[in-house]
Amino acid sequence: MSILVNKNTQVICQGFTGKQGTFHSEQAIAYGTRMVGGVTPGKGGQTHLGLPVFNTVRDAVRQTGAQATMIYVPAAFAADSILEAADAGIEVIVCITEGIPVLDMLNVKAALNVKAALRANGAKLIGPNCPGIITSGECKIGIMPGVIHQQGKIGIVSRSGTLTYEAVHQTTLLGLGQSTCVGIGGDPIKGLDFIDCLRMFEADPQTEAVILVGEIGGNREEEAAEYIRSDMKKPVAAYIAGRTAPKGKRMGHAGAIIAGGAGTADAKIRALEAAGVVIAHSPAGLGEAVQAALGAR
Amino acid sequence: MNLHEYQAKQLLRAGNITTPRGIVASSAEAAVAAATELGGEAWVVKAQIHAGGRGKVGGVKVVKSLDEVRAMATKLFGTSLVTNQNAPDGQPVNQVLVEETLPIARELYLSLLVDRETERVAIVASAAGGMDIEEVAHATPEKVLTEICDPLLGVQDFQCRALAFALELTGEAYKDFCRLLPALYRVFIANDLSLLEINPLIVTTDNRVLPLDCKMSVEDNALYRRRALAELRDDSQIDAKEAAANAANVNYVALTGNIGCMVNGAGLAMATMDLIQLEGGTPANFLDVGGNATPETVAQGFKIILLDPNVRAVLINIFGGIVRCDVIAEGIVQAVKEVGVKVPVIVRLEGTNAIQGRALLAESGLAILAAATLTQAARLAVEKAQ
Repeated sequence: MSILVNKNTQVICQGFTGKQGTFHSEQAIAYGTRMVGGVTPGKGGQTHLGLPVFNTVRDAVRQTGAQATMIYVPAAFAADSILEAADAGIEVIVCITEGIPVLDMLNVKAALNVKAALRANGAKLIGPNCPGIITSGECKIGIMPGVIHQQGKIGIVSRSGTLTYEAVHQTTLLGLGQSTCVGIGGDPIKGLDFIDCLRMFEADPQTEAVILVGEIGGNREEEAAEYIRSDMKKPVAAYIAGRTAPKGKRMGHAGAIIAGGAGTADAKIRALEAAGVVIAHSPAGLGEAVQAALGAR
Repeated sequence: MNLHEYQAKQLLRAGNITTPRGIVASSAEAAVAAATELGGEAWVVKAQIHAGGRGKVGGVKVVKSLDEVRAMATKLFGTSLVTNQNAPDGQPVNQVLVEETLPIARELYLSLLVDRETERVAIVASAAGGMDIEEVAHATPEKVLTEICDPLLGVQDFQCRALAFALELTGEAYKDFCRLLPALYRVFIANDLSLLEINPLIVTTDNRVLPLDCKMSVEDNALYRRRALAELRDDSQIDAKEAAANAANVNYVALTGNIGCMVNGAGLAMATMDLIQLEGGTPANFLDVGGNATPETVAQGFKIILLDPNVRAVLINIFGGIVRCDVIAEGIVQAVKEVGVKVPVIVRLEGTNAIQGRALLAESGLAILAAATLTQAARLAVEKAQ
């Protein structure tokens, strides 16, 4: 088991024939992901990387039965690509693209929420501005280096790409391995959030403990802490980046900003600690923290 | 990206919103000419910088003669204004806005912003205008009113009425406010703003509503489709190192410590800063070279870090994903040779092609210290910076 994607998930790529789409589709195929095709408007009917290219996501879904998509479309067009995938009935939409205007994402989220309200099984969006999702040894949808992953028992959910790699690397070295790693992305308006992933990890038999990697900005870590305290039985370890970040400055990620004194790392750490989460105070201590969390149960 | 007050008010006027009459000036003579053109017996001279709190430090003043206009403008030009909202060395005044004065009965607060919790545009209003809204929200949260806008519908009339009643507006002021809010919403959306703040929004003694001040931020991600706004960028208002980083497309934030950092990924970059502090040092900057780092980006990063005279050591922390460590190592060697780095450079490489990368550094013959782990790298940097 795992969450969201596994070895049976059939995946397409939007922006398939572009440079990024091509490179990461090759990597995904090499990892063993069940890639079944891709979409590039105007190139329908061609073959790329030995797979069919379609003009529209509707065509791709109709002919391949794909359930998941990875989007490597430039920021100006990515919001439209997300909506196209949702319209075509894709279940897991992974948007890697960085730099989508926030007002576009407001519209996307509003439209997806309307769809979800109308349909029992609404599309799940991961990202944008994220490394993607990987179920170790089964399915890689994103830009993460596959080689550092090892099938195992730790679920990872993170707002940061490279910090996810740190968490993966450390859990692999400790022999714990990972079930699924979800990079939810660094934007303020995004798809799946901490709580959505924690809920799925809690229900997943393969996952025995979870690493949560947060950062300054917003209050989703605090909400996650409340969920962990009230509803979660599995142990959780966490690291929050940005203790030394100054107020009012955007730290690379559009969402990583302490606005009006809210969203500080210390407030998040306090909330998580109060919920019984084992805190890693150094990014080098993520593996040890989750091991301690496992041992404490 | 922040705009100046006079630029923000131009956008308001373009959106059919009445503002106080005003003219921007870049010299004392132009300020006097502006006051003459506006006419009347009193004017307000406002320093144009990208920070609030100007009034408290002499950046905004009501004057009653052309001589005073000249004196005030002369005093402001060429100075750096330090307020409670900007950096210790302040921001230079290159323009002043000369405006007509208006008889003020009340000062309100009004802003539009993207609220990440509701994932909507939020309208925030308060009868306690002219003050720092964060302080108002902290001390008297009941005085802060919020309306959330559905992105598919925009601001609705009932929301305008609700706020107007709550702000105790009547007669013409009520009508002005109910016309103003949808117009502001349109300006917000049409210009891809992330913040539109009017503090104060005044009610005049003849019961009209006008924005006395206006602060706008354009969302950086949308600048590609707001070319005219992108032109308004004023690099004089930001840290010189940050301006250089903007030009080089590198994510950089200047800090006050002495250990320069170059990292791939925003989260890891923040974590590296935190780790330096945990080990007893202080970071000089935040720098994310990004997911597509090339030898050129690495060299650019070095140059920007070394613009800061406080830097005593440079810590490079790379977890190669798509970025290959050997490519980064090549960049480091090239940059250290080209730029002539005189401070110790500590490098931690992990992930894709880390072994090849470390070998390249070792073979270079340069004084580059390789660290085996993240913690060791931070310790070494702290030790070398002392």
